[in-house]
Amino acid sequence: MAKRIDVSDLDIYYSKFLAVEGVTFSVEPRTVTAFIGPSGCGKSTVLRTLNRMHEVIPGAYVNGKVLLDGENIYDADVDPVNVRRTIGMVFQRPNPFPTMSIYENVIAGLKLERTKGVKRDKASMDAVVEKSLRGANLWEEVKDRLNRPGSGLSGGQQQRLCIARAIAVEPQVLLMDEPCSALDPISTLAIEDLIEDLKERYTIVIVTHNMQQAARVSSTTAFFNLAGIGQPGRMVEMGPTAKIFSTPTEKATEDYVSGRFG
Amino acid sequence: MSNTATENEHDPLIPHGHKQTGRVGDRVFRGFASGAGIFVLVIMGAIGAFLVWKSIPSLQADSTNFFTTTEWFPDDNPAVFGIAALLFGTVISAAIAMVLALPVGIGIALFIAFYAPRPVASTLAFITDLLAAVPSIIFGLWGLAVLMPNMQGTAQWLNDYLGWIPIFSNSLGIYSKSLFIAGVVLAIMVLPTVSAVTREVFIQVPSAHIEGALALGATRWEMVRMAVFPFARPGMISAAMLGLGRALGETIAVALILSAAFTINWHITEPGGNSFAANIALKWNEAGPIGLSALIASGLVLFLITLAVNMLARWIVSRRKDFSGAN
Ligand SMILES: Nc1ncnc2c1ncn2[C@@H]1O[C@H](COP(=O)(O)OP(=O)(O)O)[C@@H](O)[C@H]1O
Ligand SMILES: [Mg+2]
Repeated sequence: MAKRIDVSDLDIYYSKFLAVEGVTFSVEPRTVTAFIGPSGCGKSTVLRTLNRMHEVIPGAYVNGKVLLDGENIYDADVDPVNVRRTIGMVFQRPNPFPTMSIYENVIAGLKLERTKGVKRDKASMDAVVEKSLRGANLWEEVKDRLNRPGSGLSGGQQQRLCIARAIAVEPQVLLMDEPCSALDPISTLAIEDLIEDLKERYTIVIVTHNMQQAARVSSTTAFFNLAGIGQPGRMVEMGPTAKIFSTPTEKATEDYVSGRFG
Repeated sequence: MSNTATENEHDPLIPHGHKQTGRVGDRVFRGFASGAGIFVLVIMGAIGAFLVWKSIPSLQADSTNFFTTTEWFPDDNPAVFGIAALLFGTVISAAIAMVLALPVGIGIALFIAFYAPRPVASTLAFITDLLAAVPSIIFGLWGLAVLMPNMQGTAQWLNDYLGWIPIFSNSLGIYSKSLFIAGVVLAIMVLPTVSAVTREVFIQVPSAHIEGALALGATRWEMVRMAVFPFARPGMISAAMLGLGRALGETIAVALILSAAFTINWHITEPGGNSFAANIALKWNEAGPIGLSALIASGLVLFLITLAVNMLARWIVSRRKDFSGAN
């Protein structure tokens, strides 16, 4: 189920603006990879190229390759819609669909399959909803109010609902862009525990502002930085989390993780 | 109120005078806003009362059923008149207008908001906004001079191929001055309104919902159905109501196009038909005292219909409040 990702020589543009330059890295299946770095250095931008959400922004495009188990997701004959069905995403601010109930939110992605001729009966939908909500550690809290609006939940619950929505379609990879930055510490802990469980089944890439969080949840860490003022962002180094936080190769990484800048 | 205001003057944490002007400003604004609200209610009430008051003489004089009669001789003795034909023509022409204008208007708005490249989108948006400001007499003249002669073929086509549906069959072989043409002109008139309002609503859909849908692997159209329509539904209903209101009350364009007849004819491509507003405009100058009162009575019905339509819209919008996305 989980797939590996190989990015090579990726340049990422917003129209004429080169936001990130020359990124090359690999992500192993069933691992958690954390992106850290000062804000504005392109972490979100890189993450969004991994499921082709980048090009949703008018004028945005990339040069380079992103291989998912060896297949370039930017090949001309690849439909971005299919890429996004395989690679799920959780955003910085919880974004459950406000007009849908908790139940409908979870199956939102499954409903899209109907266009491809996949039919599911009520019982199997129910099963998916329970499984996904359990997978997101939310089932016990919401099982009695599945038909209430998702927007009535707390921020942390909404974020777990979004995770349930993302895993309901059984993606190969799960991308998370600062999923805890809008949450309180307890909800943050709940999500970190969840990531620990999820990595058994999914390849996870998470952007985080919080270095303790990166140290807690990830096995590999990548440090991003701007090449200089007014220059594009780049990946400075990537390695086992323990190494990045103790004996990084680059001076800039050491300065950042020891809190000397950023 | 004044108590707290004086207390604040002595509060060292609040800059002197600052808070107080804020409060006065608040009060002035609240007074102004509620005054404006009450003013609107008073005007509505006054219009309603005027219409009822002025229609009583004709309703008393009417010797037939006001709602089912399809004739209009209010100044005869005894007076014979009723609104059946007016109601029919008004509702049918407005319905034709909405059936045509809603999907097209929403389609244009969707195209501008989500599909068109930027320069195309802003040009189109500009043009629809301009069209929304064109006076209805222009639409009426254009409908009469340009659209009507050119619509004969379409109406004939409807008769030839869809004639088995009773409303499209035409046994006269004359296709002009019909409710169908009036409906098409009304559709073109309300189209910019519908499209401009729905576009504004679509643009306000939070990008978080749009991206949420796309990230699940929704196509653009699936994204529209999943994230845009549910969020924009109240606004789309408002847009439809605005358009419907304009179509129901439109006078001059309909008066120009229809060959006014007091008939109820379901063959919508045949000449004939009438509407409340057009009938009032056409008959006002030649009407006697009871005739004027009768026209006002028909205006009262139109007033009540628009009120009912708006209340229905509000009820639809409020039905699933929990799920409105406002919380
Ligand atoms: N939608 C956008 N349009 C244009 N430029 C953008 C957009 N989003 C981000 N950028 C630019 O790309 C660069 C990287 O941003 P981002 O990926 O959001 O950084 P991070 O997530 O590391 O804080 C910044 O210079 C930012 O201004
Ligand atoms: Mg970011």
